Amino acid sequence: MTRELPAQFEAFGAARQNGFLKVKAIKEAGGLVAGTFCTFTPLEILDAAGFSPVSLCGMSDETIPAAEAHLPKNLCPLIKSSYGFAVSDKCPYTYFADLIVGETTCDGKKKMYELLGKMKEVYILHLPQGENEAALDIWTAELHRFIAYLEEHFSVEITEEKIRKAAHVRNEERQARRALQQLQLHKPPMAWGYDLYKALDGVGFLFDRAEVLKKLNTLTGDLKSACAAGESPVPAGAKRILITGCPIGGVLNKTVKSIETHGGVVVCYENCSGVKAVERDVDEKDPDIVRAVARRYLSIGCAVMTPDSRRMELLRQLVNEYAVDGVVEINLQACTPYTVEAFCVRKLMEELGVPYVGVETDYSSGDTGQLSTRIEAFLEML
Amino acid sequence: MCFSIGIDIGSTSTKTAVLDENGTPALLFVQPTGWSSVDTAEAVRQHLIQKGYNPALFPCVATGYGRVAVPYADKAVTEITCHARGAMLLHGSGNLTVIDIGGQDTKIIRVQNGKIIDFIMNDKCSAGTGRFLEIMANTMGLRPDTLCDLASRGGSISISSMCTVFAESEVISLIGKGESRENIAFAVVDSIVKKVASQAGHLDMGNEVCLTGGLCQCGYVLQALGTALNKTIIADANGRYAGAIGAALAAREIRKKAAPEGRMDGVL
Repeated sequence: MTRELPAQFEAFGAARQNGFLKVKAIKEAGGLVAGTFCTFTPLEILDAAGFSPVSLCGMSDETIPAAEAHLPKNLCPLIKSSYGFAVSDKCPYTYFADLIVGETTCDGKKKMYELLGKMKEVYILHLPQGENEAALDIWTAELHRFIAYLEEHFSVEITEEKIRKAAHVRNEERQARRALQQLQLHKPPMAWGYDLYKALDGVGFLFDRAEVLKKLNTLTGDLKSACAAGESPVPAGAKRILITGCPIGGVLNKTVKSIETHGGVVVCYENCSGVKAVERDVDEKDPDIVRAVARRYLSIGCAVMTPDSRRMELLRQLVNEYAVDGVVEINLQACTPYTVEAFCVRKLMEELGVPYVGVETDYSSGDTGQLSTRIEAFLEML
Repeated sequence: MCFSIGIDIGSTSTKTAVLDENGTPALLFVQPTGWSSVDTAEAVRQHLIQKGYNPALFPCVATGYGRVAVPYADKAVTEITCHARGAMLLHGSGNLTVIDIGGQDTKIIRVQNGKIIDFIMNDKCSAGTGRFLEIMANTMGLRPDTLCDLASRGGSISISSMCTVFAESEVISLIGKGESRENIAFAVVDSIVKKVASQAGHLDMGNEVCLTGGLCQCGYVLQALGTALNKTIIADANGRYAGAIGAALAAREIRKKAAPEGRMDGVL
C-alpha cells in the first residue's frame, strides 16, 4: 500500500511537490523504490529485483538542524543532511522508499544507518575495506545474502539471467556516462564542468533506464556537433582543473562555480558520481555473474579502502589523460577517510608536478568568501 | 612620472600603496576598514586625489577580502598573489616563503623563482590570526603591540583552547587567578605561533622566510615564530603594506595591456 503524502506537503515549493507526486505515482503503479547512498551499492542486484534505485545523499543544509537533534554537530554534512531529510519527511525519495540500502563504508554513515533503521526499512551491506581475493569472497557472499533478503522480504525472484541483463543495461549506461565525461578530453573542453555535473546528476532521478541512456547519448551527440561546428562554451585559455575528494553536490556553487567564474574549467571529476563511479564495467560473460558484479564494485577507489591504491592509480592516470593544469581536492568537514588521505594526494601531486590545493568545507555559506579567495588565488597561481 | 596604486582592504585595516615607475613607494597609508568596505574605498579615493594620485588617472588594483568593494579599481587580485609579489619586492628575492598573519586569515605562501608554487590558508576558524590576538588584547585592556611587548617578558603558561571564544574565557580565568599580564600575553602569542607553525608543517619552506601583515613589526612575534619553525624570520619595515604594494605591482601590468602609450591623460 502506498503511503499518503507527508503532512506538510502543501507548504513545500513546487519542485519538491512535483518530486513527491512523481514518486507517489511510481509507487501507485506498483513500483519498488530503493534509496541508496553510495557508489558501492550494487545497482544490478536492485534492478534484477525490480527496484528503482535512487540516490538519497543529502545536498542541502536545510535539514541539518533537524538532524542535529539526534546527531553530533561535528559530523559530515552529507550524513547530517541525508538523515535530516529522512526525519523531517522532506525528501520524496526517502519518504516513499520501500528500502534503504547502506554499506559499511565510513563510520559516520554506518552509525547513521542504524538510527535510520529505526524509522525505515534499512539493509546494510558489509563492504570489506580492501581489495583482494579474500575480500572478494566476503563481498560476493554478502551480495548473495542481499539477494536472499530481497527475495524473501519483497517476494521477488532474482535470477542469474535478470542480473546478467541488468549488468548489460548498466554497462551501457556507464559507457554513455564515460562518453559524456570524455568530451572534456578535448581542448578546449566541450562543456562547463558545472553543466556537466548538473546533467549527470539530473539523470540520476529518472527511473526509466532507456530514457536515461537516450538523454545521455543525445547530450553527448549535441555537444560533439556543437564542437564540430566550432562552437565552444569554454574559452581556450581556461585552466583545466580536476576535482577529487568527497561528494560535492552540496557545495557545487561555492567550489565548481567559483572555479569556473575565475578562469578555470572542470575537465574531470574523479570523485563519487564522476569517473570512479563508471570507469569499470561488469564482465557480463563471467559464468559467476554475482561474483562479477562484486568484483566490479570492490574495485572502486575510495578513501574507505585500505590501502586505497586504486584512487591513487586513477588520479595518476586522469591527471595525465585530461592534461590538467591543477587539482582541487574538496573534502567535507569531519570526513576522516578523505581528510587524512588528502596528505597522500598532496604528495602524489608534488611527485607528478601538478599544482594542488585542498579545501575542507561544509554545506553552510559561512566560508564562501575564504573559499573563493583560496580558489581564485590557486587559479592566479597556475 | 607614472604611478600605480594598490589597495588592500583587509578585515581589520585598509592599506594603500602608490608606487612610482621604479617600484619605490611614493605614498603608503593605513586606516581602519570599519564596517563598510565601500565607504572605506571611497575614503581611500578621496585621500589619493588629495595627494595627487587620482585612481581615475593611474592603474589601480584592489586586493584583500574587500577587493570587490572598490568600484574604481581596474582589477581585483587575491591577497595571496599580492602578498607574495609585495614581499618579493620588499625583500628583493624570488625564492622565499611569505607568512602573512592577517586579520581573519593566516596565509603561508611558497615562492620559487618569482612564482607562487603553493600556499596554505587557515580554514574558517580564527585561531592563529590577527583577530585572535586583537580579541585577547581587548580582553586584557591592552593594545595589540603592547601585548606583544609584554609577551617577550613572560613565560611558563599556555592557553590550550584553539577556539577564540573558549580561549577568551581561558584568558579571563587566568586574569581572575591573578596571573601576570606578561605570562598571559606570552601564552596568547605562543598559541598563535604554534597554530601558524602547525599550519606551515604541510609546506617545505626553504631558507628565506618573511612575515608580512600587521604583526610583522612585533619583534617578539618574529622571534617566537622563528623558534617554532626553526628558521630565521625576516620582516621589512613596510611589511604590513606587502599586500597593497603587491597590488600596485599588479596594477603596473594593466597599464601595459590597456594603454601602452602611458595613461597620464587617459581614463580607463
